[in-house]
Amino acid sequence: MSEHQEYYVPEQSKWPIIATFGLGTTLFGAATIMVDGGQGASTSSGWMIFAVGLSLMTYMIFGWFGNVVRESRAGLYSPQMDRSFRWGMSWFIFSEIMFFAAFFGALFYARVFAVPWLGGEGDRGSSNMLWEGFQATWPLINTPDPSLYPAPKGIIGPWGLPLMNTILLVSSSFTITVAHHALKADNRKKLKLWLGATIILALVFVGLQAEEYMHAYQELNLTLQSGIYGSTFFMLTGFHGAHVILGTIMLTVMLIRIIKGHFSADNHFGFEAAAWYWHFVDVVWMMLFVFVYVI
Amino acid sequence: MSTVADAHTPEHTSEHTHEHHGPAKGWTRWLFTTNHKDIGTMYLIFSFGMFLLGGTMAMVIRAELFQPGLQIVQPEFFNQMTTMHGLIMVFGAVMPAFVGLANWMIPLMIGAPDMALPRMNNWSFWLLPCAFLILVSTLFMDGGGPNFGWTFYAPLSTTYGPPSTTFFIFALHIAGASSIMGAINVIATILNMRAPGMTLMKMPMFVWTWLITAFLLLAVMPVLAGVLTMMLMDINFGTSFFDASGGGDPVLFQHIFWFFGHPEVYIMILPAFGAVSHIIPAFSRKPLFGYASMVYAVGAIALLSFLVWAHHMFTVGIPVAGQLFFMYATLLIAVPTGVKVFNWVATMFRGSLTFEAPMLFAIAFVILFSVGGFSGLMLAIAPADFQYHDTYFVVAHFHYVLVPGAIFGIFASAYFWLPKWTGYMYDETLAKTHFWLSFVGMNLAFFPMHFLGLAGMPRRIPDYALQFADFNMVSSIGAFLFGATQLLFLFIVVKCARGSGEPAAAKPWDGAEGLEWTVPSPAPYHTFSTPPEVH
Repeated sequence: MSEHQEYYVPEQSKWPIIATFGLGTTLFGAATIMVDGGQGASTSSGWMIFAVGLSLMTYMIFGWFGNVVRESRAGLYSPQMDRSFRWGMSWFIFSEIMFFAAFFGALFYARVFAVPWLGGEGDRGSSNMLWEGFQATWPLINTPDPSLYPAPKGIIGPWGLPLMNTILLVSSSFTITVAHHALKADNRKKLKLWLGATIILALVFVGLQAEEYMHAYQELNLTLQSGIYGSTFFMLTGFHGAHVILGTIMLTVMLIRIIKGHFSADNHFGFEAAAWYWHFVDVVWMMLFVFVYVI
Repeated sequence: MSTVADAHTPEHTSEHTHEHHGPAKGWTRWLFTTNHKDIGTMYLIFSFGMFLLGGTMAMVIRAELFQPGLQIVQPEFFNQMTTMHGLIMVFGAVMPAFVGLANWMIPLMIGAPDMALPRMNNWSFWLLPCAFLILVSTLFMDGGGPNFGWTFYAPLSTTYGPPSTTFFIFALHIAGASSIMGAINVIATILNMRAPGMTLMKMPMFVWTWLITAFLLLAVMPVLAGVLTMMLMDINFGTSFFDASGGGDPVLFQHIFWFFGHPEVYIMILPAFGAVSHIIPAFSRKPLFGYASMVYAVGAIALLSFLVWAHHMFTVGIPVAGQLFFMYATLLIAVPTGVKVFNWVATMFRGSLTFEAPMLFAIAFVILFSVGGFSGLMLAIAPADFQYHDTYFVVAHFHYVLVPGAIFGIFASAYFWLPKWTGYMYDETLAKTHFWLSFVGMNLAFFPMHFLGLAGMPRRIPDYALQFADFNMVSSIGAFLFGATQLLFLFIVVKCARGSGEPAAAKPWDGAEGLEWTVPSPAPYHTFSTPPEVH
């Protein structure tokens, strides 16, 4: 094994401990805001802690990733290191899939079991004693107790904005693949063009999704508080939207790095990782479109 | 930091100037380290600290239960003690101890220079003290800490939980993030950094069990994050995941929780299976019997663990077809587990056995874990579970798989590898004393709980009917003995680490096998910078 290139074990680093303080402070601040706010107390101290945490996190993200980019450009990463990154990113995406699986599981359980049982189906209709006359429907536009969970006036149909959003995201998966091929062919101009197009499609998607939320909240009274339909709808689409925003930030960073002249035709894992993440976000959307909007 | 970043410029890192050196000076070494041995040590120390803290809470519980009636604590505080004891032992003691062992031993066992992603490794560790600082701080908040049991069932934890529940949720989120990153690191290390020639089916059993454990972690920790997030939203933002009046269902909580929770219990035992599969052959001076079947058995146990979650919920009102499915699937797990127990016994059969402390703990592990397995089979039978559910029988069962299972597995590993870590032999007489006192204390504490449960004493209760008094007193005495004995363990480890024992050879156990014994004791700060050849 004389050709073995030594595996790069980094020197001491301050970033993990800063990240720990950052994450801990951010979440402690978030919890303080929620608990104080829930009790009607002032949330200003919570927001202060939260802001400190968030600034630490921002500082850390720039510092840590900057460090990794410098190391990568200095040629410290062997092919073996590259494989570690690949395994790391793949299994990170797998863990994200399992996170979404929990929410899809909640959706299926509510739809297939909980709501019909509440409507008296099967031999377990005891809940009829609690909410007599409750009709089980899906989408659930009448909650068992409307005084606690006011029912929505309507829901978002699939063939308007959601269909448009589907087309946007599928196209963006296509454009990022074209960009990747351009990178492999070392065609920088084409690469920037198609990556830029991907980012624009992503931003339009986020904009339309915001439009849809406004419509739901202001006109349909479809909110987080409108029972299990609203809960699953907003948690699934909301977490997906948050992931789209994160993915868009990743792609934007890649565009900046490409403009700066980073990456080569055969060494560009940072770009690939962002592209993998983007495809993952796209696949989750397909599932959402089918199970949340269409069926 | 700028000095560290500067060291990364290319001219400083050619193979010759990138000399390996010892640890950095001063206490910041521990904050900034990227070394798998440093991080492993921190994990092990942290987990022992949590073990003592969670153990102290168990002592409060057993002191209150020493006699019927309320003597020492109020019921509200008692509930916080049972909850925090469980959370701290599961997430703070057992899981981090195994991650610590993984950090120390996996690179040594597969001939890797370090873990695959060393900086993330450091982050995984430091998130844990952060998470438990927040978790323990809830005890001092208005309304007290979590009081709904470590399983935090809705609506106890949502509608009726104390205000600090939101802090509890974020604390577990942080601990979960730590576990996910730890698991990613373990997988990347094992799949990518094995020495040339070490094929998958030549991997040491501890490495195999950790690879499978890491997959379990990746599959279920995000699900825990999901259920915690739903709780957070129900509490603070008016969603109705677990509220039937909005169309949700509290039973949904239990389904999602146990989809995480059942694989979680295997996460806490599989690495112990792996460690014991090294220790028994070493002190039997025979190779492990049935290596391949051991690997397949662990794989089968892991797969089945995803199909059995509702056996925790037989009395909640799930359909009969569901009860039957989950009962049979659960009973099926006895088959691969039986394969493992058979193989450990067959390894010892006609071996040349000696009984040093690691071996004593390992044998007790095999026998007492089987006891816990058998009571598990009883609980798996749906109609019988209607009687056992939420009684002390369940408490006896899971303490038999976790204390002589997971914890004894960790003690066995600690004694087995202490010479490699410290360079010195531990005090064998004291270690055997530690074993026997632990063994007696633990059986005294937990065996009577079987009888209490069968007689109908419910779990998580600060007071009880008079007929349960005698067994409870015995149980408390056993618990105090077991608890006090762990201070002896602390003494033994400190004594060994301070170098008062005999210097250890590179391979202090003559039956031991594996790459970790080819490096000197104590293991140098950097090992296997050039991978060894495995034949």
